[in-house]
Amino acid sequence: MPETLTPVPETAASPPAGEAGPARPSLAARVVAHPLLWPVLALVVLLAVNVAASPGFLEVRMQDGHLFGSVVDILRNSAPVMLVATGMTLVIATRGIDLSVGAIAAIAGAIACTQIVGAADQGAAGAAIIACTTALAVCVLLGLWNGFLVAVVGIQPIIATLVLMVAGRGLAMLVTDGQITTVNNDTFSALASGFVLTLPIALVIALGVVGLTALLTRRTALGMLIEAVGINPEASRLAGVRSRTIIWTVYVFAGLCAGIAGLIIAANTSSVNANSLGLWIELDAILAVVIGGTSLAGGRFSLAGTLVGAIFIATLARTIPTIGIPSEANYLFKAVVVILVCLLQSPRARASLRSALTPRSAKGASA
Amino acid sequence: MSTATVARHSADPTGPAPGTTPRGPSAPSTWERVRTWAPSSRYLPVLTTAALFLGMFGVGGLRYEGFTDPQVFLSLLLDNSFLIVLAVGMTFVILTGGIDLSVGSNVALSTVIAAKTLEMGWSPYLSVVAVLLVGTLLGTLMGLLIHYLDIQPFIATLAGMFLARGLCYLISVDSIPITNPTFQEWAYKTVDLPGGYYVGYTSLVALATVAIAALVLARTRFGRTVYAIGGNESSALLMGLRVASTKVGVYAISGFCASFAGLLFALYTLSGYSLNAVGMELDAIAAVVIGGTLLTGGRGYVVGSLFGVLVLGVIQTFISFDGTLSSWWTRISIGLLVLVFVVVQRLMTRRQP
Repeated sequence: MPETLTPVPETAASPPAGEAGPARPSLAARVVAHPLLWPVLALVVLLAVNVAASPGFLEVRMQDGHLFGSVVDILRNSAPVMLVATGMTLVIATRGIDLSVGAIAAIAGAIACTQIVGAADQGAAGAAIIACTTALAVCVLLGLWNGFLVAVVGIQPIIATLVLMVAGRGLAMLVTDGQITTVNNDTFSALASGFVLTLPIALVIALGVVGLTALLTRRTALGMLIEAVGINPEASRLAGVRSRTIIWTVYVFAGLCAGIAGLIIAANTSSVNANSLGLWIELDAILAVVIGGTSLAGGRFSLAGTLVGAIFIATLARTIPTIGIPSEANYLFKAVVVILVCLLQSPRARASLRSALTPRSAKGASA
Repeated sequence: MSTATVARHSADPTGPAPGTTPRGPSAPSTWERVRTWAPSSRYLPVLTTAALFLGMFGVGGLRYEGFTDPQVFLSLLLDNSFLIVLAVGMTFVILTGGIDLSVGSNVALSTVIAAKTLEMGWSPYLSVVAVLLVGTLLGTLMGLLIHYLDIQPFIATLAGMFLARGLCYLISVDSIPITNPTFQEWAYKTVDLPGGYYVGYTSLVALATVAIAALVLARTRFGRTVYAIGGNESSALLMGLRVASTKVGVYAISGFCASFAGLLFALYTLSGYSLNAVGMELDAIAAVVIGGTLLTGGRGYVVGSLFGVLVLGVIQTFISFDGTLSSWWTRISIGLLVLVFVVVQRLMTRRQP
């Protein structure tokens, strides 16, 4: 069935939080209808499973002026996916998709590490800053390239970004000359392991990017314009929206976010392996976006949902070993989550579920 | 009379090929007809890929000693037999306008199941049946999700990809060697050709798969429905074609081909390992794209995908013959080729919405 024929899911019609209609619905009704209800519930269930498995799970303690504990760890580990998923959210909102983010992350890590190794003083803070800036500049260029293919040449996003997804790891290998490059720079490794204001730096960066994006898209018209392009690029262009520029911008932004994520991942191990850095992070990011309630059909996005989705994925990765299942089985659970989320989002699955739940006498009307 | 004669050469329902219209009232001479003959535009992408393959083979022959030895070509078939089978399944899916990301994981799952069941002492035939059943079942399930629950192919097969990979790890994290004598016999069995050349059984099996798939697409109702869905699914539905069973069918075929490719891969490496075939779905998609199949669906041929795989194989052969280039140039050149073909496709279909 083509998407155009499917009815819009009910949640789309409900007003966003904090913006009540003329007849203000009851609090309970608003909570039930809130798009974030399901992702947050799922996260709470996951946390409950963890607490049941190891009672001290939620404990957070202060040590040397930093926060420590499983929850802080999970948040820190979710930072790369959070970043990539933020860029992906905007891309998906324009009805696109960016498969190349994992490759871009690998390229960013490769460039940063080789630059630091090649610097005159490997341990200097300046070397790390210059290296990271260069890496991010290249990521912007790669984003420009993706945006060019999608917005100007007009290739389907999934295919346009496939090109860089296939070639990108080769490029990263070219940068590192196929070696696993290890760096020894405290400023660089602080990206992943450092703390600022008692919080991990990686998390602060990720939250900062998400917050800034939310500010830019929700406090200006940018978010609405992005959604307009996602609903119908041609119509929005005719209505005076510079859809080409907007599409181009979101791919550049996605590239930049992926680059920052790549730096954090590389800093985490103080080394870069171009073959495995950020492998499948694009899929995790898409999963986070989908869990957060952003529809892959475009035209609507929720950054808060994406945030919850990214934390959910990191929590899931932590839960599986906690409850005594080998961590490699992670993928199996992700598959189940993808299918469940899709079923919850699918209008047709909702309809059949509803007709199964309604009593037999009422069925004639609903069909 | 004369127009009819010429029209036979440009028997193309999408419009006459340029250059075949007679210019005068008199019938064109035989030479004139030969000179102005142009292949139907439908076959252009496939012919381009075939020409690219032959050209690359020729360039390789000029640059490197022994490149044009027929055994190099036969080894190309042997080393890529699993990819050929994989690309055949992917062609079906892409022809309907879908995509299947699960095939790489499905290949890994198949090698692991084959190795594990053989290790447990199953008969090799039973093991093969089990592998094919699991793969086809996985494909069918994804097809059902995609068609009946309206889940995008990209997402449904992403779930399938995670599922297959997760199952791999559940069965075994370590690599399992295959020591079964029947499997080893299959793996090493070759057919001798005149001149001292030989061709592996697995290559013949892969070529047979291409032939069967080409026949199914060209000569059966199922094949025509595949093209119709790729052209316009709503129209196909309104025409009363069996959209549901065909759509589920192509994913089942893709799953079957992936598990079959997994068997060939298990024969190739004689082991089962959960980390096998990471990213192989990209190679399959790249081969299909380079083979001239439109990613929007509806146009393309299985033979094109065969040439697509061969082009990818020649790139690898090039790099191994050269010796100075590193293997990561393979990925870069595949990416560039995909880019070129996608841009050309885009230019060809610019007039279409």
